[in-house]
Amino acid sequence: MNISREQAGKIWRVRPEWPFLLFLVLAVVAYLGLLLLMVGANVLTVSWEDVGEILKDPDIQSSIKLTFVTCTATAILSVIVAVPVAYLLSRYQFRGRAVLDTLLDIPILLPPLIVGLSLLVLFNRVSLTDCCWMLAGGLFLGAIFGGFKVTRKQMMVPSILVGIALVFALLGFVFRRETSSLEDVVSGAGLPMTFHPLGIVLAQFPVAAAFAVRTMRTTFDQINPRYEEVAMTLGCHRGQAFSRVVLPLAGKGMVAAGTMAWARALGEFGPILIFAGATRGRTEVLATSVFLEINIGNLPGAAALSLLMILIAVATLLLVRTFIGKGEVS
Amino acid sequence: MLEVENLSVMAGRFELTDFSLTIGKGECVALMGPSGCGKTTLMESICGLRRDGLVGGRILLGGDDVTNLPAGARGIGLVPQDVALFPTMTVREQLEFGPRLHRWKTAQMKERVEGLAGDLGLEKLLDRKPQGLSGGEARRVALGRALALRPRLLCLDEALTGLDEARHDEVLLVIRRMIEREGVTALHVTHSRAEAGALADRVVEMA
Repeated sequence: MNISREQAGKIWRVRPEWPFLLFLVLAVVAYLGLLLLMVGANVLTVSWEDVGEILKDPDIQSSIKLTFVTCTATAILSVIVAVPVAYLLSRYQFRGRAVLDTLLDIPILLPPLIVGLSLLVLFNRVSLTDCCWMLAGGLFLGAIFGGFKVTRKQMMVPSILVGIALVFALLGFVFRRETSSLEDVVSGAGLPMTFHPLGIVLAQFPVAAAFAVRTMRTTFDQINPRYEEVAMTLGCHRGQAFSRVVLPLAGKGMVAAGTMAWARALGEFGPILIFAGATRGRTEVLATSVFLEINIGNLPGAAALSLLMILIAVATLLLVRTFIGKGEVS
Repeated sequence: MLEVENLSVMAGRFELTDFSLTIGKGECVALMGPSGCGKTTLMESICGLRRDGLVGGRILLGGDDVTNLPAGARGIGLVPQDVALFPTMTVREQLEFGPRLHRWKTAQMKERVEGLAGDLGLEKLLDRKPQGLSGGEARRVALGRALALRPRLLCLDEALTGLDEARHDEVLLVIRRMIEREGVTALHVTHSRAEAGALADRVVEMA
């Protein structure tokens, strides 16, 4: 039976929007409420005297200094690595691209303690020879399964990978009786890592770099590849198109990636504790300071340091948002 | 001037097969066809931007086989559909980009850029960045950038799309005048029959 216009008029009505809006607002309130309570709890636990006292402590002052130095070094290293890796992922199609993309996320997904433990055993339990063989094997596998079709000259990238693999295999063979660990080698070169301040940078680097790669990837994906194509018709090779056209456009993205890596390094704790230790005034960064203050029962001191880190984190996030917001290019 | 012989190109899932085209010296040819028929793929292949997907055939430019040459060595100027002016550069820097890359002498480069700016009506815009240009001005800058190196072939990929009627006619006239003045061979991809008629000596339909 047909519906008359009068009947249809009764059907044509929209239910009110407020229940849906209420659901959205409740979800926001629940989440933000928890965050607010967490920050508020820190504020309530801390008095101005606590903040003043903890900031006057020479160990904490050196911890703040070391935090800034290591986070900055990690951020710079991360951007240096992230720019080429992200550009490769953004612009080239090759067989192992999805695998490489997934591998780069592993440091983000791994429990932080495992990152630290892996570094600890790598530097102290594995011989230099084994490191060479592992790298050679990894590069051979990469060449066989992933390197093809990176460029038109399909054999170029696998050949490079195999070439480097052969160098490592040769080194592994030459030093086959060498039993010294990676730590022995770097210490011999005057750059000790395990339980030393330099180790903090290495412990922060894997996760910070993974975040920097993500940010740079987004930046490069937002840059229209047509710019490079036009530059190439005008005489640029890929490298020139990258340095003359893409890199100036990616400046803000690089700042955002560096800031993101910096903030991530600031929050790193597990790998630092395992690999660099938590020696007062020596390998102590802000995250370890909080841990050490809790260990000696100084909860207000720990809360004061937490507040300081929250402030730094919020400032960093605002900075990233500003740069990413303004850095969008078509 | 341009001979495309039995060209076959793969571009993702799309495949252009066995396409041939000949353009005489100084001729302006309009390439027409329905959306998705491979006009842009063909133009990009001619420009050397689709070498990865090349399956077969040859591209000859002025008698030279350029099929395997990189884009920058072919002597082709490209005005892409989305114009793609470099966002961080001023109009002067866009026009100087090619000559500077090819290490032209400063005096030659200056003369060329000023000549182009005069012909294209860009004298007052030389210090502006793309964000401060109108659609018509941006098209004229892209045309100047493509012509700066005195290319053998000028490729225009729907270069007038998206302009309002007044700007469209103005830029069309500028393109026609510049093609005549520079004596350049031109390949113009378009959807508009009127545009093809106004600009081209010959229309080639792609199926």
